[in-house]
Amino acid sequence: MSLTDASAPTTTRRLSTSKAMVEAVAAEMDRDQDVFVMGEDVGAYGGIFSSTTGLLDRFGPQRVVDTPISETAFIGAAIGAAVEGMRPIAELMFADFFGVCMDQIYNHMAKIHYESGGNVRVPMVLTTAVGGGYSDGAQHSQCLWGTFAHLPGMKVVVPSSPADAKGLMTSAIRDDNPVVYMFHKGIMGLPWMAKNPRSVGPVPEEDYEVPIGKAAIARPGTDVTIATLSLSVHHALDVADELADNDIDCEVVDLRSLVPLDTDTILESVGRTGRLLVVDEDYRSFGVSGEIIARVAERDPGMLSAPPMRVAVPDVPIPYARGLEDAVLPTADRIRSAVFGVMGR
Amino acid sequence: MDTATRLDLYRMMVLIRTFEEAILREYHADKKPVFDIGAGAIPGEMHLSAGQEPVAAGVCAHLTSADAVTATHRPHHFAIAHGVDLHRMTAEIFGRVDGLGKGRGGHMHLFDPDVHFSCSGIIAEGYPPALGQAMAFQRRGTDSVAVAVTGEGAANQGAFHESLNLAALWQLPVVFVVEDNEWGISVPRSASTCVTSNADRAAGYGIPGLRVEDNSVEGVHRAAAEAVARARTGEGPSLLEVHTLRLWGHFEGDPQGYRHDLDGVPGRDPLPTYEQELRGDGVLDEATVKSVAAEAADRVEDAIAFARRSPAPDPKAAFDLVFA
Ligand SMILES: Cc1ncc(C[n+]2csc(CCOP(=O)(O)OP(=O)(O)O)c2C)c(N)n1
Repeated sequence: MSLTDASAPTTTRRLSTSKAMVEAVAAEMDRDQDVFVMGEDVGAYGGIFSSTTGLLDRFGPQRVVDTPISETAFIGAAIGAAVEGMRPIAELMFADFFGVCMDQIYNHMAKIHYESGGNVRVPMVLTTAVGGGYSDGAQHSQCLWGTFAHLPGMKVVVPSSPADAKGLMTSAIRDDNPVVYMFHKGIMGLPWMAKNPRSVGPVPEEDYEVPIGKAAIARPGTDVTIATLSLSVHHALDVADELADNDIDCEVVDLRSLVPLDTDTILESVGRTGRLLVVDEDYRSFGVSGEIIARVAERDPGMLSAPPMRVAVPDVPIPYARGLEDAVLPTADRIRSAVFGVMGR
Repeated sequence: MDTATRLDLYRMMVLIRTFEEAILREYHADKKPVFDIGAGAIPGEMHLSAGQEPVAAGVCAHLTSADAVTATHRPHHFAIAHGVDLHRMTAEIFGRVDGLGKGRGGHMHLFDPDVHFSCSGIIAEGYPPALGQAMAFQRRGTDSVAVAVTGEGAANQGAFHESLNLAALWQLPVVFVVEDNEWGISVPRSASTCVTSNADRAAGYGIPGLRVEDNSVEGVHRAAAEAVARARTGEGPSLLEVHTLRLWGHFEGDPQGYRHDLDGVPGRDPLPTYEQELRGDGVLDEATVKSVAAEAADRVEDAIAFARRSPAPDPKAAFDLVFA
């Protein structure tokens, strides 16, 4: 079974995003003895953001491995295990920590297949938590997916809903390539963090894949395309619901993966609406928002009846104090003003 | 050890504990009935240092404001013991304009250049900058030293090992401090390394290594005296590991379900232990205990009141200060 549309699940069973992720990992561990999990606090703690809850009890310490704080070593180890045909899932607790281990990720995990002339595969998943909004400061609040997407050789998935979190995880584990699976803390449905209501949603019980590289129309509309990802999808949907009363019909495109990027769906949407707003919780310059606008401009700048706009983190580190952080994150307020801007109102 | 030194160590430990208890109170005050990490006057992660006071008190007793300290995600005890401005540090924890970072940094990012203090939330990444501060001191012909602090979990990180090697190679005036509280979040030391003492790792880089047991503030004071003196007199770096105690959760809100050592923990609290010892030796009496506590409470509550009075930053200020 394959889910290509976010509205496809017909189940009434509701799970949080974290439970949906864990369900996919557990099902793949049942199905395939080569799948195992390693990372900091993935065992007894169950993952700081509940990405591995219950796996240790079910699969034991051989397959759910707590590691020392040695990211270069254990992510590198995952690469080596993958090269030998296993399917490791390695967790980098926060994407912000990639600084201590990026060489293994971008010079090794991502390049081995190419450098080997396609003779060596690296079928692993690197999971990592991203995002801000709870005052965790400049070293614990970044999304940074643009950086991973910029560097060739790794797929990058960015789920926004529980159903996609499960299906994308299943696809990521089964993929023969390295997949970076970036989950926003704000969509996990954690009991200790303010929740978006959509962080709990319907999730089919059976196995299914959400194809990597296929965006979803999270809300159809006719006036403006809001291309976005992860938690920002929910802010965009909230604004879209609200603006329907102002006679602005927003279409929200949930990118679901950055590599590959579903350019066709974006172009098709912009072709219909003629207006584009990109909402991205990563830094503004040299990133996802610029890339999407470039892809539209490359195809046909004439598609746009108004200059495109973007709401992203201005090029400053993410500040701690709530008022400062709110000023830089892509909040509903900033998205709303940008929609008015792109509509010329 | 002379009475004045012992009393100073006790006073510092009490001040730190009083501060951490006040932050604990303020942090949770407006996160009830349901804990929401992003809510309240102090939002975000909060790593408190209760139980680890002996390390900071014992080491920093040998430092002046001309010496540098690089601390970790759990920085308050070292900040206080090294003389970071308590008012401005507290205001930073509250995210206010009078904070050390004008509300931009938060509790893991405290910078006080007046006393060469800094900290970082990335594990082991406070070690390398300490080398550079030590280089600057050395090249400018001062006798200042740099103290670099990490937890024992950080000793399995590359930056830790590279730093030991480089400091040894260049004979830098650095004291490496490792706070062994036995836990890296939920992962016990035994599941992180086969090395039982980081003093052994120091030997691997050709520098002296010492391990202080029992969370003893006087033990730390003695060992640090030697390490700091070596650094100051140009004899190069050393490493000091202290077997200490994380009295509370890794961060506030940590359910600690993994922690099977909690039963015995209260009895190992270094503060009542040291107080008993000093009372037994006739160094402390009831009146002094009370006055030390009152003095600490005054300072801490004054700092909290200062922080609360300080305004929240103007949101537009978020765009300033990226560059000098
Ligand atoms: C490079 C990096 N990896 C992981 C983390 C997440 N993390 C924060 S504190 C911590 C445990 C640190 O243990 P230790 O060094 O012993 O210090 P303690 O917390 O016990 O004081 C971890 C894994 C981080 N901040 N940076």
